[in-house]
Amino acid sequence: MVQLSLPKNSEIKKGKYFKDKTGSKNLRKVNIYRWDPSTDEGPRIDTYEVDMDNCPSKVLDILNKIKNEIDSTITYRRSCAHGVCGSCAMNMGGKNGLACTTPHAEIDGDIDIYPLPHLKVKKDLIGDLDGLYKQYQSIEPWLKNNSTKETTEIYQSKEDRAKLDGAYECIMCACCSTSCPSYWWNGDKYLGPAVLLQAYRWIIDSRDEERKARLKKVADELKLYRCHTILNCTNACPKGLNPAKAIAEIKKMLATANV
Amino acid sequence: MKAYNIIDHEYDVVVLGAGGSGLRAAVGLSEAGLKTACISKVFPTRSHTSAAQGGISAALGNMGEDDWRWHMYDTVKGADWLGDQDSIEYLCKEAPKAVLELEKYGVPFSRTEEGKIYQRPFGGMTKNYGNGIVQRTCAAADRTGHAILHTLYGQALKHNTEFFIEYFALDLLMKDGECKGLIAWNLNDGTIHRFRAHTVIIATGGYGKVYYSATSAHTCTGDGNAMVLRAGLPLQDMEFVQFHPTGIYGHGTLISEGVRGEGGYLVNSKGERFMERYAPNAKDLASRDVVSRSMSIEINEGRGVGKDQDHVHLHLSHLDKSVIENRLPGITEAARLFANVDVTKDPIPVVPTVHYNMGGIPTNYKAEVLTMNGSEKTVPGLMAIGEAACVSVHGANRLGSNSLIDLVVFGRAAAKRAAELVKPGTPHEEIPETETQKCLDRFDKLRSAQGDNSTAELRLSMQKTMQSKCAVFRTEKNLKQGVDEIGKTYDGMDSISVKDKSLVFNTDLVETLEFDNLIRQAVATVDSAYHRKESRGAHAREDYPKRDDEKFMQHTLAWCDGKNTKISYRPVHQSTLTNEVQYFPPQERVY
Repeated sequence: MVQLSLPKNSEIKKGKYFKDKTGSKNLRKVNIYRWDPSTDEGPRIDTYEVDMDNCPSKVLDILNKIKNEIDSTITYRRSCAHGVCGSCAMNMGGKNGLACTTPHAEIDGDIDIYPLPHLKVKKDLIGDLDGLYKQYQSIEPWLKNNSTKETTEIYQSKEDRAKLDGAYECIMCACCSTSCPSYWWNGDKYLGPAVLLQAYRWIIDSRDEERKARLKKVADELKLYRCHTILNCTNACPKGLNPAKAIAEIKKMLATANV
Repeated sequence: MKAYNIIDHEYDVVVLGAGGSGLRAAVGLSEAGLKTACISKVFPTRSHTSAAQGGISAALGNMGEDDWRWHMYDTVKGADWLGDQDSIEYLCKEAPKAVLELEKYGVPFSRTEEGKIYQRPFGGMTKNYGNGIVQRTCAAADRTGHAILHTLYGQALKHNTEFFIEYFALDLLMKDGECKGLIAWNLNDGTIHRFRAHTVIIATGGYGKVYYSATSAHTCTGDGNAMVLRAGLPLQDMEFVQFHPTGIYGHGTLISEGVRGEGGYLVNSKGERFMERYAPNAKDLASRDVVSRSMSIEINEGRGVGKDQDHVHLHLSHLDKSVIENRLPGITEAARLFANVDVTKDPIPVVPTVHYNMGGIPTNYKAEVLTMNGSEKTVPGLMAIGEAACVSVHGANRLGSNSLIDLVVFGRAAAKRAAELVKPGTPHEEIPETETQKCLDRFDKLRSAQGDNSTAELRLSMQKTMQSKCAVFRTEKNLKQGVDEIGKTYDGMDSISVKDKSLVFNTDLVETLEFDNLIRQAVATVDSAYHRKESRGAHAREDYPKRDDEKFMQHTLAWCDGKNTKISYRPVHQSTLTNEVQYFPPQERVY
């Protein structure tokens, strides 16, 4: 019989426990995924007791508090702290989101913090997004228009501009793609919701002259049609965007247009 | 010291930073056929340009008559005559071209009925040399920075720019007063990389994180500025720190000036539109230093709102619902998330919050770094652009929407100048190993630090000192205390501790290196402020309430060797670049 075994380091062990030292009466337990590639040890979950009386409202505030006051070795990405840069995407209480906009009050019980699902982990909460960035590059995210007039802009009606709303706001945090089971299974070939939303953003830009070629490029069994309308993406988007609808629009265009 | 394996690279040009200015430079350099590396500690679209909201200024005249000379006058006046007028002329004249270029790159600007780029009113932007309000600020709703940054990243991909992402730059490589490259640490695998280049372009942004409450990202630590200080070069006009009038109270999140551009206004606890008293003409659209000071006076005189009467209200519920929905969706979301306010019903609690550094690395209008010794001579091989640079177009106070235009105009200028100076494929000179050694000694010393002071504690102490001693209003006494306290915090570095000793994504060490960068800039800032005994733009001295053109129409230069600074001055350029516009002589500054 075939012996199946999980790769080394795939079992998550119970890690260190950091007991509260402040004497606070208002404590919450925070469980954080830890893994350091420079040791031979496998991943573990460290637990921190955090004084909530002196902690602002978002999950990122908890992480900063732990890093500043309890354990400076925990590792995560963060930058703008107000939901526009997309650095601090992670899985909190079982849901993908931005740590800087997710209120910890919305998570019941212990607060579990993991990296975005199904990414190779670089360290602790830092996931490897290189593959997703390469896919983004593959859709050629730049305007294709041969207008050479230097003195005027390319005109665009208000109505045409409005079509970009809901697409151009994407901050590439990857919350959607890493919540998609289809992307988990075929992430090397399926472009996933984040990249398809961006593909759509350029397809529907009235200034772009390569719509047909763009549509043709994504019209692929694996790149596009691995979307099975599970809709986890739309549920996960911290910016309230709807990648599933954008994917459906692309499919509709392909079904109705002569590409 | 542990031995570090060094990986060598050779490029014609290295751009450090991948925000708006760094990406624009990288695109221009690739177009010019120069072998270019773009190094960034974060993925390009995570850069802080993404947080710019209101817009990008350019006298396009899409919404009524406009002229780049009017834009220039406004910028000179906004700068309180500390800006170099040759550079300001270049900025304003090139601005329309730069914006049209962005549009062609694909930036999704909001549109007018005719399909042109939409422009909104902004603080300090006027028509006909101060006579009435003009609509000059080009906007993509209230997400203009985000739209520009993502579009520029796309352009860089189009041009196959070579990126080194999540590399943390450590130091410049200098030889006989010339820059020959830099050393960076690859966070992904822990290796050390040495980049040789004929030109290094620093585009590392501002250093807002020296303050406790700032709209700046955690990553705004002015790493390039500190590298310049360590290379024995000065920083310029560091005392000029812009407080944005409308940061969300308690959280610091930016609420765009675009809100006031679209008709929002500030109110004190008496329900009074107090800006009418301080700036009878421009009212809520006076320039930022003026509005921030007025708010601080209202609060200091007991007319603040809230339990502690320590902030004011920004009203926009009277605005048309469609204006809020179409033009201010981002701040609607921010107000809900960080102030728990529905802007269609309630005002946003706001307070002046550190936002922008007018000061930085001194350059000319071609982006070449100036001065080893205070002269106008350039430093071969070194350029600076964006918020890291002090060109100086913003002088003592930057106008809103002049920063995004600064990024693209001077990003473009730097690429042009580098293409003139560097012949592709020119062989590289040897650099003495001592430079590399010096850099790695500092790196290793911090990495193995086992003292008693945590980086976070020292950083907090620095931030609190800057917030209380070098704020909107300043006095001799306060600033002296600031100098002393920052010095003490600096001494605390002797016993700093870094717990994580690894090399892969060691963010404990990254934050410590960033703190080492920040504290030097804090020293330079508070010392520059102490020595400027006048009030000008964002630098308001209660003990010297008047502008003193005789003594201080000069740029401050600050050298900083760790804790010790040397302050000197260099005259403001009092001439324009061409005859297309006349020099604007100093006037009294009223709005």
